[in-house]
Amino acid sequence: MSKKPLIDLVHISKAFDGETVLDDLSLSIRENEFLTLLGPSGCGKTTTLRILGGFVTPDEGRVIFDGEDITMLPPNKRNLNTVFQKYALFPHMNIAENIAFGLKISGKSDAYIRDKISYALKLVNLEGYEKRNPTSLSGGQQQRIAIARAIVNEPKVLLLDEPLGALDLKLRQEMQYELIRLKNELGITFIYVTHDQEEALTMSDTVVVMNQGYIQQMGTPEDIYNEPENAFVADFIGDSNIIDGIMLRDELVEILGVRFPCVDTGFPKNLPVDVVIRPEDVILGDPGKGLLDGVVSHLIFKGVHYEMEVQAGGFEWLVQSTVAHPVGTPVSINVIPFNIQIMNKPASEDEKAVALDE
Amino acid sequence: MNKQKLLAGPYLVWAAGFIILPLIMVLYYGLTGDGGQLTLEHLAAIADPIHAKALWESLLIAVGSTAICLVIAYPLAYILSRANIRQSGTVIMLFILPMWINFLLRILALQMILANTGILNAILQFFGLPRLHLMYSHGAILIGMVYEYLPFMLLPIYNILCKIDRDVIDAARDLGADGATVFRRIILPLSLPGVMSGVIMVFIPGISEFVIADILGGSKILLIGNVIEQEFSLANDWGLGSGLSLVLMLFIFVSMPLMNKYDKTGEGQILW
Repeated sequence: MSKKPLIDLVHISKAFDGETVLDDLSLSIRENEFLTLLGPSGCGKTTTLRILGGFVTPDEGRVIFDGEDITMLPPNKRNLNTVFQKYALFPHMNIAENIAFGLKISGKSDAYIRDKISYALKLVNLEGYEKRNPTSLSGGQQQRIAIARAIVNEPKVLLLDEPLGALDLKLRQEMQYELIRLKNELGITFIYVTHDQEEALTMSDTVVVMNQGYIQQMGTPEDIYNEPENAFVADFIGDSNIIDGIMLRDELVEILGVRFPCVDTGFPKNLPVDVVIRPEDVILGDPGKGLLDGVVSHLIFKGVHYEMEVQAGGFEWLVQSTVAHPVGTPVSINVIPFNIQIMNKPASEDEKAVALDE
Repeated sequence: MNKQKLLAGPYLVWAAGFIILPLIMVLYYGLTGDGGQLTLEHLAAIADPIHAKALWESLLIAVGSTAICLVIAYPLAYILSRANIRQSGTVIMLFILPMWINFLLRILALQMILANTGILNAILQFFGLPRLHLMYSHGAILIGMVYEYLPFMLLPIYNILCKIDRDVIDAARDLGADGATVFRRIILPLSLPGVMSGVIMVFIPGISEFVIADILGGSKILLIGNVIEQEFSLANDWGLGSGLSLVLMLFIFVSMPLMNKYDKTGEGQILW
């Protein structure tokens, strides 16, 4: 992956009917990156993608593509292609005509177009579908055709707007691997929009977590999951216990009146903080053997693990474990220092609202 | 018969009495002579120069009014389909509103407007412009028919344009199509079924039109509908009237599947 930025979004703002959707958003996307914009509906991720595609003009800010300002360029003049959530295949054309659409407009020769169609169909594992009608295909097949139709134009960037949103779980997982393979074979930049955190973590080189028009955190999937920067990210990516705490000194935090050793340093003494502990990192043991004692109040079997709620220290802990503890069992709670994540409290009321609203 | 089918009962009674029986009667009168013997004489009467001319005039007027309706309705429907619903709703309402008033009243009102001493000429005179002699001409009939049938062209086209997925249009732009190409390759082919139903809704009633021709065309212009009407009401020759009706029906039956076929196969490839 090259370090060279291919796309720069510079101080982008956009409002619809007076309602701010994006507020001073800046984002740099490198060449060959698989970047995912992740967030709940209404967070501005689709608007960001539509600004990149040229379907929405930002109120403020600029879009720089390969060193060139394309903010005002219409979609048909941009060297990037979009895969739409609901496929948006042309219903009055067969598969070959659909794929050929962009190539015919750019005036390619018939032989070139024929080659490209068979290459693209092979790439998406739908050889021999040239004469079929879009409506005779399943959702997954239609989405593959939509991808084929976009990539034959050899765009530098492929924009994908929740392309797997309408597919069932099994197919969605298959398509995730398919997309990673495609991206590696084509060697182009993918910008992917989704509200599904699992999808984002599985496929991306970089995840951009968005909420209410702001970027909450940007980083590798591992960073986002293991080191969430604020309560919103922690809560949105996977399940979390988010508990009020006080940073007593470096590597020691007080939660629910108990001192927990941790690995975080550099916070001022006695600073109120948010503490994030993932449910799979909570270790249950016999009473008295941990840092905190409690009682199991709920038990659900989830397949790969059991999910439990434990009342301890006045907090309801979410716990995931492969060992079941029946409801009413007294247990102890322990967490190894490395798995305790300390975050600054939101600085302002505004940020707090952002963090809690999902 | 199950209960659901029973629900169709009232309509079946209606259809039998007012659609099927009359059709059988027209067939009977059209194909039999005075003594009740089978004859093709009434059908052949279309070859009579007066009848042939009337049929030709009807065809011209029907094609003309259909074409004018299409030219007016398509661009309007296109603009309305892209406007926000509050604005387009008002305009659509303006189109539907006159349809709530009796058809004859509207045509008589149009006569008041177009007459030599009518409202239009009064306005022209006020501005010192020469008077127009619109009444009792092909032009008057065309104006009347376009006025009458425009909503039937507008609504199906508007509906189908509204149904075109915005994503499909965005996808075409995304793949490099400029505005004109998007229209030619995507919007127009996808709207053809609406155009076809509009054309059928205007052309078929148009070809048998006689009231508008009667009122706005006077007795100068004879359409096939006028001829048939006169055979029944004035000449009392039910045989000839039925025979000519059958010929007209034949035209309609032939044109319907033609349009349907055009619609299905023409949806795109023709314009590709």
